[in-house]
Amino acid sequence: MSTDRRQFLSAFGKLLILTPAAAAAWEYVEAGKAEEAPGYRTADHWWAMVIDIEKCIGCGNCVRACKTENDVPLEPEYFRTWVERYHVPEGVSEHPDVDSPNGGYDGFPEKYRPGDGAKSFFVPKICNHCASSPCVQVCPVGATFESPDGVVLVDKSYCLGCRYCVQACPYGCRYIDPRTETVDKCTFCYHRITKGLTTACCETCPTGARQLGDLKNPKDPIHEFLRTHKVQVLKPQMATGSKTWYSGLDGSVR
Amino acid sequence: MGGLFVAGIVLFLIARWAFVPEGFGELGHYRTGALADNRVKKPVFAGRAACADCHTDEAGWLKGGPHKGVGCEACHGALGAHASGESDVKPVRPDPAKLCLVCHLPNVSKPATFKQIDPKDHMDGAGKCGECHDPHSPDKEPKKP
Amino acid sequence: MHESLTSLVQGFMYPNEVELQWSVLVVLYPYLTGLVAGAFILASLERVFRVEAVKPTYRLALLTALAFLIVAPLPLQLHLGHPERSLEMYLTPHTSSAMAMFGFVYLWYLMAVLVLEIWLDYRADIVTTARASKGLKRQLYRAMALWSDDLSEESRRLDDKVGYILTIIGIPSAFLLHGYVGFIFGSIKANPWWSTPLMPIVFLFSAIVSGIALVLLMYMATCVAKRVPIDMRCVDTIAKYLFYAFIIDFTLEGIDLLHRMYEADESFKSLDFMVKTKLFVSQILLQVIFGGLVPILLLAITQVVKLSEQARKAIYAVCGALTLVGILAMRWNVVIGGQLFSKSFLGYTTYKMDFATKEGLLPAILLMILPFVILAVLVKLLPPWQEAETE
Repeated sequence: MSTDRRQFLSAFGKLLILTPAAAAAWEYVEAGKAEEAPGYRTADHWWAMVIDIEKCIGCGNCVRACKTENDVPLEPEYFRTWVERYHVPEGVSEHPDVDSPNGGYDGFPEKYRPGDGAKSFFVPKICNHCASSPCVQVCPVGATFESPDGVVLVDKSYCLGCRYCVQACPYGCRYIDPRTETVDKCTFCYHRITKGLTTACCETCPTGARQLGDLKNPKDPIHEFLRTHKVQVLKPQMATGSKTWYSGLDGSVR
Repeated sequence: MGGLFVAGIVLFLIARWAFVPEGFGELGHYRTGALADNRVKKPVFAGRAACADCHTDEAGWLKGGPHKGVGCEACHGALGAHASGESDVKPVRPDPAKLCLVCHLPNVSKPATFKQIDPKDHMDGAGKCGECHDPHSPDKEPKKP
Repeated sequence: MHESLTSLVQGFMYPNEVELQWSVLVVLYPYLTGLVAGAFILASLERVFRVEAVKPTYRLALLTALAFLIVAPLPLQLHLGHPERSLEMYLTPHTSSAMAMFGFVYLWYLMAVLVLEIWLDYRADIVTTARASKGLKRQLYRAMALWSDDLSEESRRLDDKVGYILTIIGIPSAFLLHGYVGFIFGSIKANPWWSTPLMPIVFLFSAIVSGIALVLLMYMATCVAKRVPIDMRCVDTIAKYLFYAFIIDFTLEGIDLLHRMYEADESFKSLDFMVKTKLFVSQILLQVIFGGLVPILLLAITQVVKLSEQARKAIYAVCGALTLVGILAMRWNVVIGGQLFSKSFLGYTTYKMDFATKEGLLPAILLMILPFVILAVLVKLLPPWQEAETE
């Protein structure tokens, strides 16, 4: 490739990254749907995620990518997404052994032996972007909210730091960012998905265990996935309207 | 006393009018500008499409192989700054001996169908994956640079 | 520091759960508001239900309630990540949030009920003091009377009438204030330790118990300090109310416990383990045995057996103190206990209290002393026993 062409293309690349409309448009072009490539309108989208347990290999790419993409503190108490390892001895699904060393950031050094009479698997966790979210319900001032395109977001310039939402999330998806003293959580990489990109965790997942989907886009593969897989949400008894669906989820997972 | 109460309520209404941020409550119980605030950040990962835009040849290397679904930045690191030409960040060229094991080291918790290989039991523990396998298309011979 | 936080975890917790969000300061918040509600309800007994025996404590109870109410929001304020934004609670209250309404309930209670009732009750006294003094003091009292200078029979009757109506409004307000604090916890469905419809009513009755115990102790202490005899009819009556309220409170908490044990839902094993280990001292020993059973038994003895005045005084003092410790332990067990176990029910952590940090033990102790300082000032400005002496 000639240097000139590289420079030209890198300038084009800059355009792609910098202007949301162009980036979105480009993504549509790539997918062969150039005709649908307008600027981003919140009313046209309804974001969700599917996670296929059968595909997760616990490599930790998603955890590392998320912390990089979203500038999440590196300490082991702060995660927008993390991976858990379940180890369920036969017939005791009420008491699985679970661990998540550093949230899976460094992968999972083997700690079980093959043939120990238990099943074992990885469970990636992320904000469920609930449609009737308990965290949004309890925020006293409206600093956290469900966006019109179905993403639970935080207004960092308005958050009091009262931590009520952290208490109200049944899934442990929120933390207080020690640098800003405000709450922080997964945004489904809102700065990416509104530019036509997928989330950092989905982008770097080597096996496609996670897939972001737009439920309002009839051509999104998420529809096919939800039709052809038996899916479950976490803690369905909480009735939070979770929009993160798991395929192959074991009953021991909480 | 009653006057004090009225004064208090009036003060409160004035404060509400003066301090409630612009655009609050238009779309829901939040500040509309918060949506834009959540969008301003520049992506750190460029996304595989942006990579393929310049690196047309390399993008083809994955085609048809078992790694066809793997994003470039899954192995080469976050390259948003590289793609936008803002910095001289270059893609990481990881050592296959380490990189391959991030995914393929055996682990009972991994799905049984996923290819796992213990380097100790393979090729006398040589641990030089890259000599026989092309990381971009591991079922093929490696490309010589 | 972070290494040590993770090392406190036994079993498994979601990674973000390792850091405890609500500290000892949040323990103080329901404790202080509870004392307010309890003290006020005791004061209302005299006013609305005309229980003459507790009259000597009426004004003291009101001033105690005010002193504690002024301090009540401070621990919350100190605890916020951004205290400077707390005004947002008033500007854009989220109606679906249990916490958002606190600001309004608090203001209503402080301004419309407590301050107004105290003012009406004291107005005549303030005017009298203003008339009898000179200079700065005179100006101060004139201002406190809001420059009213009317001592006529008619104006006093009006004060009394409005005050009476206020008290009637005040009782449900006091119930609201504290029942509502219970709702803040009881409505969190994600947390089985908190989530129970009994929470508001348990909070309310424990508030009444703690408030009565506080006023009982304050009254006895002031009598000792002023070297005047303790009105035994008064303390006997208060102790009787304490006993009754305590029985209701203890029964409610017992029902909650029994229900949890019998239903034994998915969270039970986890919570049961927590109570028997992490919360053993604060829950079993301090809250149930020494802060509950012992004072109830002692009070029951005073109700059944005829004891000497001296013995009764001693028992009342001991019961009052134990009750205050027991209710503080109850608040601790709710607030801190609710964060020690993982919502995965697979693990636990330990709360390490700091000392001289923003949310440490030191500010907590200072915040517990502050209401007494405020009360001392209030008592100086508005002596609650003037009446008793002049009569």
